Amino acid sequence: MSHNRNSAPPRTVRDVVFVDGVRTPFGKAGDKGIYAGTRADDLVVKCIRDLLRRNPALPAERIDEVAIAATTQTGDQGLTIGRTAALLAGLPRSVPGFAIDRMCAGAMTAVTTTASGIAFGAYDVVIAGGVEHMGNHPMGAGADPNPRFMSERIVDPAALNMGNTAENLHDRFPAITKQRSDAYAAASQGKLAAAYGNGRIQQDLVPVATMKPGQGWTLNTVDEPPRPGTTVADLAELRTPFRPHGRVTAGNSAGLNDGATAALLASAEAAEELGLSVKMRLVSYAFAGVEPEAMGIGPVPATEKALKNAGLGIEDIGLIEINEAFAVQVLSFLDHFGIADDDPRVNRYGGAIAVGHPLASSGVRLMNQLARQFEEDPSVRYGITTMCVGLGMGATVIWENPHYAAVETTGATA
Amino acid sequence: MSAADFQKLARLFPDETVTHSYLQHIELPGGGGTFALITLDNGLDHTKPTTLGPNTLVELGTLLEGLKERATRGEIVGVGVTGKPYFLVAGADLSAVKRLEEREDGLRMAQLGHDVYGTLAGLGVPSFAFINGLALGGGLEIALQSTYRTVSSGAGALGLPEAFLGLVPGWGGVYILPRLIGPENAVKVMIENPLSNNRTLSGPEAFHLGIADAMFEPADFLEQSIAWAAKVIAGETAPERKNAVDPSDPAVAGRWAQAVAEGRAFVEAKTSNASPAPGKVLDILEANRTMNSAESAALECETLAVLMQSDEFRSTVYAFLDLVQRRSKRPAGAPDRNLARPVTKVGVVGAGLMASQLALLFARRLQVPVVMMDIDQERVDKGVGYVRAEVDKLLSKKRISADAANRAKALVTGSVSKQAFADADFVIEAVFEELAVKKQVFAEVEAIVSPECILATNTSSLSVTAMADGLRHPERLLGFHFFNPVAVMPLLEVVRAPQTDDAVLATAFELAKALKKTAVLVKDAPAFVVNRILLRLMGEVIAAFDEGTPPDVADSALRPMGLPMSPFTLSAMVGLPVAQHVQESLHAGFGDRFPVSGNLKKLIDNGVKTLWVPGPDGVPVIPAETLSLMSFGTTPSTAEDVLRRTQDALAQEIGLMLSEGVVAGPEDIDLCVILGAGWPMFLGGITPYLDRVGASERINGKRFHAPGVASRPVPA
Repeated sequence: MSHNRNSAPPRTVRDVVFVDGVRTPFGKAGDKGIYAGTRADDLVVKCIRDLLRRNPALPAERIDEVAIAATTQTGDQGLTIGRTAALLAGLPRSVPGFAIDRMCAGAMTAVTTTASGIAFGAYDVVIAGGVEHMGNHPMGAGADPNPRFMSERIVDPAALNMGNTAENLHDRFPAITKQRSDAYAAASQGKLAAAYGNGRIQQDLVPVATMKPGQGWTLNTVDEPPRPGTTVADLAELRTPFRPHGRVTAGNSAGLNDGATAALLASAEAAEELGLSVKMRLVSYAFAGVEPEAMGIGPVPATEKALKNAGLGIEDIGLIEINEAFAVQVLSFLDHFGIADDDPRVNRYGGAIAVGHPLASSGVRLMNQLARQFEEDPSVRYGITTMCVGLGMGATVIWENPHYAAVETTGATA
Repeated sequence: MSAADFQKLARLFPDETVTHSYLQHIELPGGGGTFALITLDNGLDHTKPTTLGPNTLVELGTLLEGLKERATRGEIVGVGVTGKPYFLVAGADLSAVKRLEEREDGLRMAQLGHDVYGTLAGLGVPSFAFINGLALGGGLEIALQSTYRTVSSGAGALGLPEAFLGLVPGWGGVYILPRLIGPENAVKVMIENPLSNNRTLSGPEAFHLGIADAMFEPADFLEQSIAWAAKVIAGETAPERKNAVDPSDPAVAGRWAQAVAEGRAFVEAKTSNASPAPGKVLDILEANRTMNSAESAALECETLAVLMQSDEFRSTVYAFLDLVQRRSKRPAGAPDRNLARPVTKVGVVGAGLMASQLALLFARRLQVPVVMMDIDQERVDKGVGYVRAEVDKLLSKKRISADAANRAKALVTGSVSKQAFADADFVIEAVFEELAVKKQVFAEVEAIVSPECILATNTSSLSVTAMADGLRHPERLLGFHFFNPVAVMPLLEVVRAPQTDDAVLATAFELAKALKKTAVLVKDAPAFVVNRILLRLMGEVIAAFDEGTPPDVADSALRPMGLPMSPFTLSAMVGLPVAQHVQESLHAGFGDRFPVSGNLKKLIDNGVKTLWVPGPDGVPVIPAETLSLMSFGTTPSTAEDVLRRTQDALAQEIGLMLSEGVVAGPEDIDLCVILGAGWPMFLGGITPYLDRVGASERINGKRFHAPGVASRPVPA
């Protein structure tokens, strides 16, 4: 499936499939958010347990690894969260786990890393996911950047603030105006609301019970961040916190959020042996680095590399799930590949601007949504999940739709 | 009635720690409608259990009445009740109930509970209790009054302990439980468990009995409970209640009567019916088979109103809350704990049964090396062998893991030389009960150990002060008196001799805590507390017997006290020679208050171990050859005389102990007899009972406790 990039002796590489994925409803970070007072590790535990309940054919002892990403790995996200979550979820003690970090692409990296292990033959079945409780762990809290970043100009200090990097992208691509960003953001809210209306989001959400002082227990079953009905006019009035008269606002960016995700991956053989359903087949993946001060452009080289690895072109891709850290970052990607701002292949269910972006958890959310779109659109053969990453990176995974072949025989075209 | 009608009662408790009822609305999946979820939360952490006082119940009742109206309007499809983490509710607020001085107020309290729970049971939509944690008494009754119940597999302590406390499960528990889980199981939960050291049920046990309809794991208990409730409401699932019975079924009537009869036999065996509550539980259970719930409720309320004013209930609250739960955690007279020194190695002098039990306890609880020392290798091997065999028993019962068993066994070693104590921090002796022997042992130990090493004696009858005499460091010696069997009995009498210093004493209290024993500080005085009281009691009964009182009259005279065993049975269990030995020390110390029975001496000399032996028809008899050894006086007493004489003797002895300063107060006497002799809480230990029967005033001219402390306040 991928190019042999060196002359190493060939060995069997196994197909990797995405069996299922779930997530908690996302919350707004902060004292008033639904997960204020709730632990990050508990959010992961709810996801893992729900994955097992949804896939009763999988004996828990067959899970070979639990990889959970978190950007800040201290406190309730510390202590090797993949292992602690496995124990807390009641998985057999024989199941190992580890923690992983690539900031926003944490869960995505958890998926690609364990998928590589499956392909290599080290694992049959894994759980990969991510969590970020940005209320408990504000972005960058506890970080201690090396002074050489500044003294040797390795990274522009502004690049450590994501909003600044988004403004930088507007500078680089003057064709991407604030107006375009706001229009894109309003559309994202609208698409998410429509997907909710059609019940496309709820089916992969794990209800989470939370208790707050003086309020008692409640059950969270839907995302907290969305603002359905948001118009371009509403967005035009928001202030630009990163620059006076800038372009980046809270309305055309993802918010600060709490949430967790988890996915079940398996080798194609194990899935067949255990009778697990297959929602997607992994085709290729790639990560790429870019200038940290323009980190939002990262998905462009990452996607080109992943396409090259797969021997595909962008025209082969029928669905794109791109993380919306900032509208400008999505638009720079679309412009690069010559795709219209409102192209129906892109983020059909809306994106992070509407639903939220709990950093290290988001990769699996993209996959859940792509998997649902594959299921409802068998005309599509390939889709991608892609995202930008802080300090100047991009991450892209290409997936194949297992429902595609059936449609092919009916003569439909992609 | 509505909950608001009980405002007058609620106003009596302005300081109540209110458990609030917080309401949240949850949209059930698939358009299943709106579910109202109530959380019971007092806003305090897990060390402060949620309880049900009058203000709490009025708030809950008012909320439920509002929900009932909304259910009528079709606005909600179900109501759930759950608690703050680790608790559904711990039950009625006993400190509030204890303050209800008028029978009428108690009746109102009982009626308030029924009013509120009645609303819950009749909402017009299904109600669900999600038992997330501890649920006792009125807490479990909230669940029983709900239409459905789920329980967490991690929930600890579910039960109806009212019979133990001196009340009845009178907020519907005694009516609903037998119908839900069968009369036999109900008797187990309402009678046998409370009267067996107040045992409770785990979540899985409650589920298997049928108390809960579904069980879920703690990690997502509430989420799964709500999902289950949604399915029940949607008609997609219905619980199967295998143990539920229909009381009108004639076959059930037979089972019901049988269960009540067995319950009565159990109560008789455990308490001699000395406390009214367990019998009242069975009275209501027996009567309510043919009643409807309202009729049973009226009977429950009437009974509660009476029992709330009973001295047995008041004494139990004193013994349970004030002593066992509170005072035991802060021993009176214990020095500042910061003075305590670490104990990293323990020496045990002796390798007999007591020494072996001590070695096992120290090794398991402290997890430090323990060296047993005796005079020859054979004894040492036997003692160490005993410890290792006991550890293996724990392993085979899966009470400990294989690694923990290995660790415990490796910690206990034996030696025939006291040199092995050289680096010990604490050396305890359990050798022959003779002062000269013990003094010799300590002199030899002192030659080897460091000057700070604590020396402890497990003597039950000798003077610790005399033992310290002649030591180079008398300040490091104290008494550490355990009770048999060491692993089971929770009491430790920590005996302070005049020269014992604070650091030694502080270490002893920290050690007791690590050993999971309740330590009571005792001044060095003959036989300390528990044995002095037990022997004074036995001395009176045996004296009456020697004077010519028929043995069955003498030995059953104290039945109205409900002690765990009769005096003759107790002396046989302790061993007649041991009892006589302690009695002789007490006689030496206190004279004729502790008479030495000539009859008993003859029995011991002839190797008789017990007065009673099973007769041909199973009824205990005293064999003719035993009787022929003894001689009797001609002044028999009646059972009433023996009881009164014993009450008076106990009042006198305890009065003297307090004036001698043996312990800090009557509370410590009570704590000692509860934890060291298993005396019942409905006696309050013993001093509340002596106040109750007038013995304190007869003998000492005053009560041990002011009215109201451990008894019903005397009406003005």
